[in-house]
Amino acid sequence: MELIKFIIKKRELFRIEIIKNTIRFLKQDKLRMIGISIFLFFLVIAIFAAYIAPYNPMEMNFDGDGNLKRLQPPSKDHLLGTTYMGRDVFSQMIIGSRIALLVGILSAFCVVFIGTNIGLISGYYGGKIDNIIMRIVDIIYGIPFLPFALILVAILGPGVKNIIIAIVLITWRNTARVIRSQVLTLKTRTFIEAAKVSGAGDLRIIYKYIAPNVMPLSMVYISLTMGSAIMTEVSLSFLGYGDPLLPSWGKILYSCYSSQAMFKAWWWMVPPGIAIILLVLSGFLMGRGLEEIANPKLRIR
Amino acid sequence: MFRVVPGDPLSMYIDAGLGEEATEVLLQQYGLDKPILEQYIIYVKKVLRGDFGISFQYGKPAINVIGERFWNTFFLMITSLFIAFFTGIVGGVFLAWKRGTLIDSLGTTIILIVRSAPVFWTGMIFLSLFAFRLEILPLGGMNTPGTYFPNQLVKFFSIDFLRHLILPALTAGIYSAATPLLVMRTSILEVIKEDFIELARARGIKENQILFKHVMRNALLPTVTVFAVQAGLAIGGIVLVETVFRWPGMGREIVLAVAARDYPVAQTAFFLIGAMTVIFNLIADILYAYVDPRVVWN
Repeated sequence: MELIKFIIKKRELFRIEIIKNTIRFLKQDKLRMIGISIFLFFLVIAIFAAYIAPYNPMEMNFDGDGNLKRLQPPSKDHLLGTTYMGRDVFSQMIIGSRIALLVGILSAFCVVFIGTNIGLISGYYGGKIDNIIMRIVDIIYGIPFLPFALILVAILGPGVKNIIIAIVLITWRNTARVIRSQVLTLKTRTFIEAAKVSGAGDLRIIYKYIAPNVMPLSMVYISLTMGSAIMTEVSLSFLGYGDPLLPSWGKILYSCYSSQAMFKAWWWMVPPGIAIILLVLSGFLMGRGLEEIANPKLRIR
Repeated sequence: MFRVVPGDPLSMYIDAGLGEEATEVLLQQYGLDKPILEQYIIYVKKVLRGDFGISFQYGKPAINVIGERFWNTFFLMITSLFIAFFTGIVGGVFLAWKRGTLIDSLGTTIILIVRSAPVFWTGMIFLSLFAFRLEILPLGGMNTPGTYFPNQLVKFFSIDFLRHLILPALTAGIYSAATPLLVMRTSILEVIKEDFIELARARGIKENQILFKHVMRNALLPTVTVFAVQAGLAIGGIVLVETVFRWPGMGREIVLAVAARDYPVAQTAFFLIGAMTVIFNLIADILYAYVDPRVVWN
């Protein structure tokens, strides 16, 4: 009995310790905390988007006399005014956060998953395999990203899925290259030698011993890729290749620009830009914050 | 790759009322009657000979369509990269010099915000501020319609052209300035801590001279490396900037050509944009050797 109580108490203490550590870690760096808070803020909005948005974002709103509410400045009814087609900007913004986060998170995970695995294989096996993979990486580095994504999305058809495919096809190169160089230094360490001597297979060494050590770096790249993926989605939507049925932030700006109303309607043009800035910034700040954990050398500065 | 696009280009550019025989002739003229693989091999052979095919849209060689646009993009790009590196280096030195003060943290925050702003949005804001509200700069395009220039060179140095250049170059420049600026700032802070700077101080060299001759030269190295990466990104930014400012360059042309399914023009533009990336990378490598005497040619 005594022993069980002791264990439970220990465990309780341990749990408190973890919470304390997390809080302390968050407080350590103000910028990192700002980044995480912005991200969580948008995440909550995206999850409850359907409940927050007061109107259907694609619905045209009419006033009492049956006239279209065209380009109305912000008011009580429409917090951020209306578009040229009488749609509610605020609702579009709220629903748009879903697309931004979906593209950001999904493509970041795919990119880093693919990039990390390729980096691990390339770095660990070395020789011919490494050579071939790194030449492919070099070639992909030579492809101009946005024009390529534009053409690919034009071929596959506009839409969120195809935008993610375009992002993943190009962006894995960055992660792969960084992870590879990390693996190259890890490979020579004694604990890997020890694992080899005790008869561990290649896959076991890669995924059991090397992978955990590159994980922090992968996390950094998840946050960094999130920002650039969102930026790509926004850019492609602005060029007219976003999902035709969903109001993404880029598409709001696209319709604002193409309707020639951007000079009259600041409430239509400014809010999406600010939302994009905040979300991309949060990805960068989180990435930077995580980098300090992954690379203790940076912490001193 | 372009050929997979759904939507037959023929249905867009050949009149449906045309007779069977005439359609055949046109098909042969554009080389669209052969299988895709054969088309590709013919295309590669032709490109090696400098023949990029004939534009479906304009009916003249694609290289001529893009050739006109190439220099427009090139000038915009050079100007914006110059702005980016000038502000990047000067701003980085300034912030590093003011390190730890309110100006430093304020400046860094602004840079981080600028870095996260979509470049076309910045362009839109600039347009509505400077062109619409203040009416001091033109709304877009490259020349005032109706102006005539005897040749290209005169055009690129005319005041009208420069006035049109300011906003797009500034937009693209600010966008690509952020990363070099941050890199410059951190690398200066790093170099300042090195022993040889301490030694230079002990030798009695003036602070100014230390900053410009010893610190800056060493801090420039990582910034030049960033230049190569930045040039690749800047091309993506240029596509957006050209679209916003209706700048008749390659970036805008590629967007228009893809929308119009004009394969030869889109392919040529893509090819030249790729070539431009490689050229800027080469320039970065040469600059690197120039700044860092440890790198030697062989």
